[in-house]
Order: sequence, then C-alpha cells, then structure tokens
Amino acid sequence: MDVYLPIANLSVNGLVIVLLGGLTGLLSGMFGVGGGFLTTPLLIFYGVPPAVAAASSASQVTGASVSGVFAHSRRGGVDKQIGGVMVAGGIVGTGVGALLFRLFEELGQIDTVINILYVLMLGGIGFIMARESLEAVQAQRSGKPIKARKRRHHPLVSSLPMRWRFYKSGLYISPLAPFLLGVLTGILTMLMGIGGGFVLVPAMLYILGMSASVVVGTSLFQILFVTMVATMMHALTTKAVDIVLAVLLLIGSVTGAQIGAHFAQKAKPEYLRLALAGIVLLVALRLAFGLGYRPEEIFTVTLK
Amino acid sequence: MRIFLALLVLILLGGARDPILVPEVSQHEIRVRQGFTGAELLLFGAILSPDGTRAGQDYDIVVVLKGPSSPIILREKRKIAGIWINAASTELHSVPSYFAVASTRPIAKIVDSKTAAIYELGLPWLQLSPTGAIDPKSLQSFAAGLVDLKSRGGFYRQDESGVKVSEQVLYQARIALPSSVETGRYTAETFAVSRGRVVASAISAIEVRKLGFEGAIAQFAENYSFLYGLMAVAISVFMGWVAGRLFALV
Repeated sequence: MDVYLPIANLSVNGLVIVLLGGLTGLLSGMFGVGGGFLTTPLLIFYGVPPAVAAASSASQVTGASVSGVFAHSRRGGVDKQIGGVMVAGGIVGTGVGALLFRLFEELGQIDTVINILYVLMLGGIGFIMARESLEAVQAQRSGKPIKARKRRHHPLVSSLPMRWRFYKSGLYISPLAPFLLGVLTGILTMLMGIGGGFVLVPAMLYILGMSASVVVGTSLFQILFVTMVATMMHALTTKAVDIVLAVLLLIGSVTGAQIGAHFAQKAKPEYLRLALAGIVLLVALRLAFGLGYRPEEIFTVTLK
Repeated sequence: MRIFLALLVLILLGGARDPILVPEVSQHEIRVRQGFTGAELLLFGAILSPDGTRAGQDYDIVVVLKGPSSPIILREKRKIAGIWINAASTELHSVPSYFAVASTRPIAKIVDSKTAAIYELGLPWLQLSPTGAIDPKSLQSFAAGLVDLKSRGGFYRQDESGVKVSEQVLYQARIALPSSVETGRYTAETFAVSRGRVVASAISAIEVRKLGFEGAIAQFAENYSFLYGLMAVAISVFMGWVAGRLFALV
C-alpha cells in the first residue's frame, strides 16, 4: 500500500501511517491531549523530514480534537469563556514560536533545542502528574479522602491584576493567567509540532485551579484553535504541510479519538491520569537518553 | 632513416583515431506520481570509430549520472557537556542531490587521480566547492561525512563493475533512483577511457518531474500557501466532524 507524499517527497506505507494516526487519536480521546508528542517523533523515525512531520501532525491534531471538543461540549465540559482567552494567547504564542523557530534554525541548533524542550517539559509534567494521580489512587483504595487543598490555584495567579468570573470553571481570577498559559502552548505548538495538552491539562488543574470536569474539554478547545493557527503559519512560512500525509493520519486519528472518548467515559479518571503520567515519563526518559547517545547521523544537510 | 620516419607516421596516425560515443537513456522523462517507489534507468549506447564502424578495441566506459546541484550547509555533531549538538559547520556551494558513477573496471585501475578529479569520476573526486576558507583536512572530513550520509540514503552510488560492454560496441549500465529524488534536470555523461586518457565523452539529459495530482499539490503549496493552509485546516476540521457524526450514529 505505497503512497507517495508530494511535499515530504517520499513514498510511505499508507497503512502504517493510518495506524500511527489511530494510536495518537486514541490517546487524544482518552486523556485530552493532542497526541502530537507521539506522532512527530514516530514520523521522523519512519523517515519523514522533521519540518514536514511537525507541520502535518499539527493538522492531524486539529482533526482529532474537533470530534473531542464536540463530544465534551455536548456534555457541558467546555468553558468557552476561559477557552477564548487562552486561544487569544495561543495565537500570539504561535507568532512568537515561528520567530523563535527561525532563530534557532539559523543558529543550526533547532534539533537540540526541540529535544531538550521535550525532555524538560515531559519530564517535569510527567513527574508532577504521576505523584498526584498516585495520591488519588491510594486515597480511593484506602477510602481515606485526600486532604482538601488549602488553595485552588497557585498564589502567583491570585496576585495578578484584574479579575474576571469564569463560571463554568468555578474561578474568579485574572484573565492574564490563562492568556499567558495560551502564549506558552502556542510557542510549544510551533516549536515541537504538538498540541500542548500534556502541559495544559496539569496547568489548568494545578496552576489555574479549574474544576476537573471542564479541564479535558477546554484543553481540547484550546488545542483545536491553536493547531489550526499553527497549520496556517506552517503553510505560509515553512511550506511543509503535506496534505496527503495529514489525510492519512486523520483517517486513523479521528477514528481513534472517538474510540478513546468512549473508553474515557467508562474508566476511573485517577487511573487514566496515572496511565498518562506513565506514558509521558517513558517518552521523556527515552528522549533524555537519546541526547546522550551517539546520534544515527553525525552529519546533517540543510539547504541554503 | 626513411623506415624510421615511416614508422613514426604510422604510430602518429594510429593514435589519431578517437572513438565516437552515441549515448541513449531508457527514459528521458521520469514522472513522479502516485505509487512512485523509485525508478531504474538503463543508460546504454554505442562506441564507434570515426568512420562509423565498430570501435574494434577495448575501451573502458565510465557513466556519471548527476542530479541538480544546490548550495547547502553541512553540520557536524559532537559530544559537548554530555549531549550531542551541532558543533561545526561548513557551507558548500554546489552539492549534487544525486550522484551515481558506474564503470567497466575500478576507476583507480583505469585513470590516475588527476584525471579522475578533473572529470569527477567517482565519489572521492566530487567537487563540492566550499565557500570561504577551509583547511583541506577538515574539508576532507566533511566531504567524507556528506558522501557517507548520502550513500546510505541511496543518493550517491558507485558501481565499479556496473557497465557491461558487448562485442566492443554496445555498452549498458543500470542505475537506480530512490523514491525521494529531487525534481529537476539530471545529466548522464558517458566517458570512453583508453590508456588512462579520456578519449571521448557525450551527454544526455533526463527530466524528473512531479506531474498530475502530486505535482499540482506541490505547486499549490508553493504558490498559493494561504489557500493551501486554509484547505488543510478545512479538511482536518471536516474529517474530525464527520467522524464525530458517524460515531454518534453507531
């Protein structure tokens, strides 16, 4: 089942790409993450040029998030108000991210920067999530309730000026906090080709202090719009979006997302979070070792 | 004395009969479309003496297939502070995207290194034209790294027995192109070598083009980027929405 990708400029096995999309779609439906952090490295490993992999997996994340957003929205799981503020930040973030990308490319250090970013982000977040979900699982098993958290959100967030009421999340905080979070995820989306869900979900829970029932849906909402903007940015600047590749990935991931959302309904949220923390930590460890190992290619060619 | 002069004339006349090469290629146009997994080119032709008869002598034939050249930056990774990062780079002005050499016998046996360098007969003799000053030893290490990288991708090849000559007149060589070749004009140059000298050469051209649906997409992405981006976004949103509706029905 050989398919020729016109922008990536190579021939791939169509079925493998669809299955890859399916795997990441499953993750997105279950955990509210885009799955891009798995797609981009796997595509690069398969032989797709890194720029094309990042650009095309952004559009795959879009498709996977759409159905998830609708599904969660129907059940009242999306806070569109706070989501809107985050998306505004995300758009600014993609602009900043595109500039940073170009800067690092010219320095010739873009690969290393991306690698280090992945290790730091995934490692830090995976660790925090693992600790929290282990606590939740233990509390659930022993029947002892977890000590009520004394504060809903990080003190830095409370110290920001200007307060708005975000009813669905149950918050009364400054909009600057979600805005800045959006900027951060926008930068990460452009630099790493990911949706940023694994940053958003814990940040929304622990830093912003949003109610857990709207976290997954709102994070998908943010990811949807920011990946749409990132795809446009890539199409205009790097011109590396391969539509044929994106369509193959989408076929797999939109199906996987629906199946994943279905499972997410049935499983206990603490166990899901623990599983996600485990996956994130594994990927972070693998990438950290990868930095220290002799790379497959010592020499790399960049067209001038 | 006269016998000596006669012998001299005979020898001189004998050396003045350089052959003519008549080259041909199995395809002058390679179309890159759906299902393209690479192509195999057959480069063949005839070696004739100036009066049109069979060359009647054993010539060594070298065929060089070269793709479009472009300026590149070549980077080398080194282990610094425990992690591998890009530590050294060099700019090269004309690096061919594809370079394949096939010959009847190992190049080292048929020409000396000076001739090989002049005609670029072989991977060690590629003229990479570094821009700016660079010392020969690091250029050599960079060049070796580049050739190694490209060879493993199937873009640079050297086949030291790839040309077969039949009946001292027909030569043929098969050269493979991988699926990720660059589009553009490729040149197939044939050299006839005798006693360490290149005595004849001829060139054919091959165009590699992206046509049809795939070519249209590539051009669309290049020229109408904004629309292309909108289209990509629209397709992904639509597919996501359709999947949502389909599963809601199930």
